[in-house]
Amino acid sequence: MSLWDRHAIFEKNSIVLLFGVLLVISIGGLVEVLPLFYMKNTIEEVDSIRPYTPLELAGRDIYVREGCYLCHSQMIRALRDEVERYGHYSLAAESMYDHPFQWGSKRNGPDLARVGAKYSDEWHRGHLHNPRSVVPASIMPGYPWLGNTDLDVKHLGDNLRTQQIEGVPYTSDQIENAAIDARAQASEDDPALKAFAKRYPKAVARNYGGQPGRVTEADALIAYLQMLGTSVDFKIYDEKANIR
Amino acid sequence: MTFSASAGSEPGNKTMRPGEMSLLALSILCIFGALFIAGRAYTPEYAFHAYLFAAASLFSSVAVIVRYVRRPAEVPPQMIGGKPNYNYGPIKFGSIAAIFWGIAGFAVGCMIAFELAFPALNLDLPWTSFGRLRPLHTSAVIFAFGGNVLISTSFYVVQRTCRARLAGALSPWFVILGYNLFILLAGTGYLLGITQGKEYAEPEWYADLWLTIVWVVYLLVFLGTIFKRKEPHIYVANWFYLAFILTIAVLHLCNNAAIPISIFSSKSYIVWSGVQDAMIQWWYGHNAVGFFLTAGFLAIMYYFVPKRADRPVYSYRLSIIHFWALIFMYIWAGPHHLHYTALPDWAQTIGMVFSIMLWMPSWGGMINGLMTLSGAWDKLRTDPVLRMMVVSLAFYGMSTFEGPLMSIKVVNSLSHYTDWTIGHVHSGALGWVGYISFGALYCMVPWIWNRSKLYSLRLVEWHFWLSTIGIVLYISSMWVAGILQGLMWRAYTSLGFLEYSFIETVDAMHPYYIIRALGGVLYLVGALIMAWNIYKTIASPEAETELVGQPALAAAE
Repeated sequence: MSLWDRHAIFEKNSIVLLFGVLLVISIGGLVEVLPLFYMKNTIEEVDSIRPYTPLELAGRDIYVREGCYLCHSQMIRALRDEVERYGHYSLAAESMYDHPFQWGSKRNGPDLARVGAKYSDEWHRGHLHNPRSVVPASIMPGYPWLGNTDLDVKHLGDNLRTQQIEGVPYTSDQIENAAIDARAQASEDDPALKAFAKRYPKAVARNYGGQPGRVTEADALIAYLQMLGTSVDFKIYDEKANIR
Repeated sequence: MTFSASAGSEPGNKTMRPGEMSLLALSILCIFGALFIAGRAYTPEYAFHAYLFAAASLFSSVAVIVRYVRRPAEVPPQMIGGKPNYNYGPIKFGSIAAIFWGIAGFAVGCMIAFELAFPALNLDLPWTSFGRLRPLHTSAVIFAFGGNVLISTSFYVVQRTCRARLAGALSPWFVILGYNLFILLAGTGYLLGITQGKEYAEPEWYADLWLTIVWVVYLLVFLGTIFKRKEPHIYVANWFYLAFILTIAVLHLCNNAAIPISIFSSKSYIVWSGVQDAMIQWWYGHNAVGFFLTAGFLAIMYYFVPKRADRPVYSYRLSIIHFWALIFMYIWAGPHHLHYTALPDWAQTIGMVFSIMLWMPSWGGMINGLMTLSGAWDKLRTDPVLRMMVVSLAFYGMSTFEGPLMSIKVVNSLSHYTDWTIGHVHSGALGWVGYISFGALYCMVPWIWNRSKLYSLRLVEWHFWLSTIGIVLYISSMWVAGILQGLMWRAYTSLGFLEYSFIETVDAMHPYYIIRALGGVLYLVGALIMAWNIYKTIASPEAETELVGQPALAAAE
């Protein structure tokens, strides 16, 4: 009986074929995926990286909702021109709280991994409302409704709690006050600002949306964009620390 | 609860079968469950989906009752006059759904192609902006068009090659209708901003759960039919279908692991994050290509090409080798989507090496398909349907050569994030997946509707040539655009500064985006011609029109 004839066992038994297929397709995925949960350079912790505030998280949800990741990457590759154009190459740790990751796969627009603090809030407001008002050759859609839609903060606690279950270190204090904190961060004179600053010491609170007394979706999205890539201080980051 | 028949026109004692009873009970339960959720939904968008699901459940309950009332008391026979009593109903539905979704998906593709050239077409509205329409386009063509083609052809092929009637009575209908409900939930969700933000896996948690149920039933129907087979051997096409169904199940479950923020909200968060999520996403993403868009459509090739050419498959041994090699190697290729990122180098390198090796089993499939025509090459002149399938294999060979090339790290450093990738994907999608699907539909529609031939082969010629010109415009413009933009991003002046700002590289894309969009329009027009041809084939009472409208055309050419 030649080797070819032995293949008949797969052709005559659907269950054998089924398990054969399952076995063959399992190997590659297991080898490539499992180590990433254990290797030091994929689970490194960089001190200054913090979870998103409720307002930033709400902004991130809007970023996902509008499909921004389909035209903007958030992953600066370790290539000379990218580092010069966008800044330090992206670290694994910088997306450790990103459920899901938003590295993207296509740059119809520029990379946004370090867009935070590069432009003013006013620039972002104008750009989101009509991109061609600030960049004449832009092909980005306008998002005028963001500035006219009040941010729904009612269930933000649910969002934080779910992320906590998935391993993001939110405290129960932060979960309970998610809605209050979201409003506070989008203002400069909210009475809850002090408590917010205590819960999120590194976060920046200001009127991102530019409409006094109103928290819109534009506030949230701009708060998110303005913190992107700003967590790590690369002057003190030790890039050799996690090599082994 | 036992229903005894009194409403039916059949005499005798007709009773409801356990399958009918449980589907009816579940459907009614789902109506109330969905209405309960709709009443408490966090957002109107989610409430709309709950009402949609309630309506589908209502439809399902009514359909089960109507079917029960109308059907004869006995189970449909497995054999009639010594021949298997094939079940074509769900296949007919799936074929028409495939054409409908295909045209919808191509049209949305043209729309977003023009949006990139003329951004005013985004209309400043949420549901017409690029970010929401792009997932609609990809899902409509891959999962709605491709999925319906795969499910309906697999139901056809597994019956014919096993010489057995499709397993189950209601379950094949449940699979095809349930799958299209998933498509409806996914598609309307994107327009309303419901997405989990993972490419090619955008549908939210409840749509994913629903798809899981549909998919398990699909697997059971497929396996159940194989169990009943009259042939000792399982035909090669069915290996590929089985690998496709199983692997998609595994990928779907792992990549979409998510926790909803509440059962009353459409929003969920994927349990994976960061670099692990990236690896799992592209393990999923690349194998959606490998198993949905390759293994499944190779199964179509292995049935329809030999059948149409009237020749046996070229090499049985080659099919064994390339089947196992293909499914083993594809799984490893995902990391080539993540070159030079924060994914560890070793994973990138493994991804690259396996992607290059993958070239061989891919071409094994192409060769096996092309060489099946040996001795029948003359048919290419007279049969545009066969020509379409052969050209699809040529595109398959081309894009599975281009893919390994682009997975090489240095090449990828240029091509990644550019339109070269978009061009590559479309040479596979329009050329390979599209053409093999059109070929299969042109073959299968006359067979299942019991017509002797298509309404018009001349219309197939028009479809073929228009869409071929469309593909050529599409991929060549994207090659130029992608390589141009990649080179502009890394161009330096003599003083060592980056030469172009980002927006200058965007501006340079404009003419190519217009050419690409026109290519897409030609492809769409081709598909519309197909829809008309298929409609006339089905609507014509036994294709006499063929004889009138096409007098001896085949012989004359």
